[in-house]
Amino acid sequence: MSIKGKAYIAGVYEHPTRKAEHASLAQLHAEVAKGAVEDAGLSLKDVDAYFCAGDAPGLGPLNMIDYMGLKVRHFDSTDVGGSSYLIHASHAAQAIAEGKCKVALITLAGRPRSEGRSGTQQRVAIPNVPDAPYEGPYGLVTVNMYALAAKRHMYEFGTTSEQLAWVKVAASHHAQYNPHAFLQKVMTVEDVVNSPMIADPLHRADCCVVTDGGGAILMVAPEIAKSLKRPLVKLIGAGESTKGPLGGNVDLTFSGAAVSGPIAFAEAGVKHSDIKYASIYDSFTITVVMQLEDLGFCKKGEGGKFVADGDLISGVGKLPFNTDGGGMCNNHPNNRGGITKIIEAVRQLRGEAHPKVQVKNCDIALAHGTGGSLGTRHGSATMIMERE
Amino acid sequence: MATPYQDRKIPAPTLNEGDAPYFEGAAQGKLMTKYCNDCKKYHHFPRPMCPHCHSTNTEWREAKGTGTVYSVSVTRAAGPVPYALAYVTLDEGPTMITNIVDCDLDTIQIGQKVKVTFKPTDDPKVLVPMFKPA
Repeated sequence: MSIKGKAYIAGVYEHPTRKAEHASLAQLHAEVAKGAVEDAGLSLKDVDAYFCAGDAPGLGPLNMIDYMGLKVRHFDSTDVGGSSYLIHASHAAQAIAEGKCKVALITLAGRPRSEGRSGTQQRVAIPNVPDAPYEGPYGLVTVNMYALAAKRHMYEFGTTSEQLAWVKVAASHHAQYNPHAFLQKVMTVEDVVNSPMIADPLHRADCCVVTDGGGAILMVAPEIAKSLKRPLVKLIGAGESTKGPLGGNVDLTFSGAAVSGPIAFAEAGVKHSDIKYASIYDSFTITVVMQLEDLGFCKKGEGGKFVADGDLISGVGKLPFNTDGGGMCNNHPNNRGGITKIIEAVRQLRGEAHPKVQVKNCDIALAHGTGGSLGTRHGSATMIMERE
Repeated sequence: MATPYQDRKIPAPTLNEGDAPYFEGAAQGKLMTKYCNDCKKYHHFPRPMCPHCHSTNTEWREAKGTGTVYSVSVTRAAGPVPYALAYVTLDEGPTMITNIVDCDLDTIQIGQKVKVTFKPTDDPKVLVPMFKPA
């Protein structure tokens, strides 16, 4: 059974905070939940399904359903890092299509800025994780695992730091119009490549921001969507995959998007030229370049050329991306950017993006997430959405 | 610019059941790897069941300890000293996460030949394999 057209995204909400020193984690989840249901014109009493990932406190659904006073008949706490929320959206559509629920709430929230968590911290060994004894001693942190993929991409395809920098530059052009963006200053290629080297070849400005906050989306059955006063945005295709070091057959030249992307395009029945706007997960600049290739927006190895010279900038380039400023400049709540990718795609499809970055006649949009690490194991999720 | 290798504090791994032969080998200066007698392929990290063909007919074999750098990142802002995180492809086939040591880290190149060496962790009885220029 296809999920095409079986569920609509009726509510979205992005928390305006970027530093939440005085709010608890559970409170942030509740605030974004309320924001999303109110955006749809519904209330938390209407919610009959709840989705969350590892950022939720305790045992996820158990703690948060109780905390928010929800009454649900379906829940799911799939956790594959920052891509989780796109997978939740797909799983929510499946559940709605099967009649298991009608109003599904998905939340993400976190306080990494207040708690001092970033992508340069050494990982703590967790018992029973099978790879940990063979990776932990070597100083894997989030940044250097992505850097390994970037370095290999440069070696195989001649990608340059200047090409990668264009991802940040394009995001910064969009972020200048977002009053909530953590970084609002327009950056140049020189600004990026002259920022401090964190893990070769990734500079500080090749990295996403570390922000507190969160976001939520509300997925509803078609008859409910059509009873509400919001623009109709439906999910028409979704794909998910994982990729790892393949038992030692390591190949860093592709990501899980090479699997999840074609599944989503086939289900949606659309072509790349139909996509008017794309939310592309931007944990690091290299993440965007590799995902664009693997999703098929350009040939493998040509992602560096594709992003250079401003081709991701709305109104200028051929594929407007991350018009909220993305994880690069706007928001990467709890070091996981999946939900903000869906939110900005919905804003674009509704025509509610900032006028300076709104894509004209935006009827079909894609959102893609990569959670975990490009260099080791990651989850990958692709969503294609259409305005009715 | 040069970035000379410096020793850093390496956390001793917390072993799971089945990991001991690898680390006992390392303590004796041997790089142990896992070979599947059915599909005739090596894999890394070692497991009882071959991840390539799912056979449980696997055995420990000592690797030659030579290989090629597949990718490398000199990590400059994630601790008190810079270090080179790398993937090294062993001559036997599998690619493993490791560090490149005992050289100017800025000179390490993808495609460079390397050979294994063993560095102590914060538990002096536990050593882990790393690689240096061959």
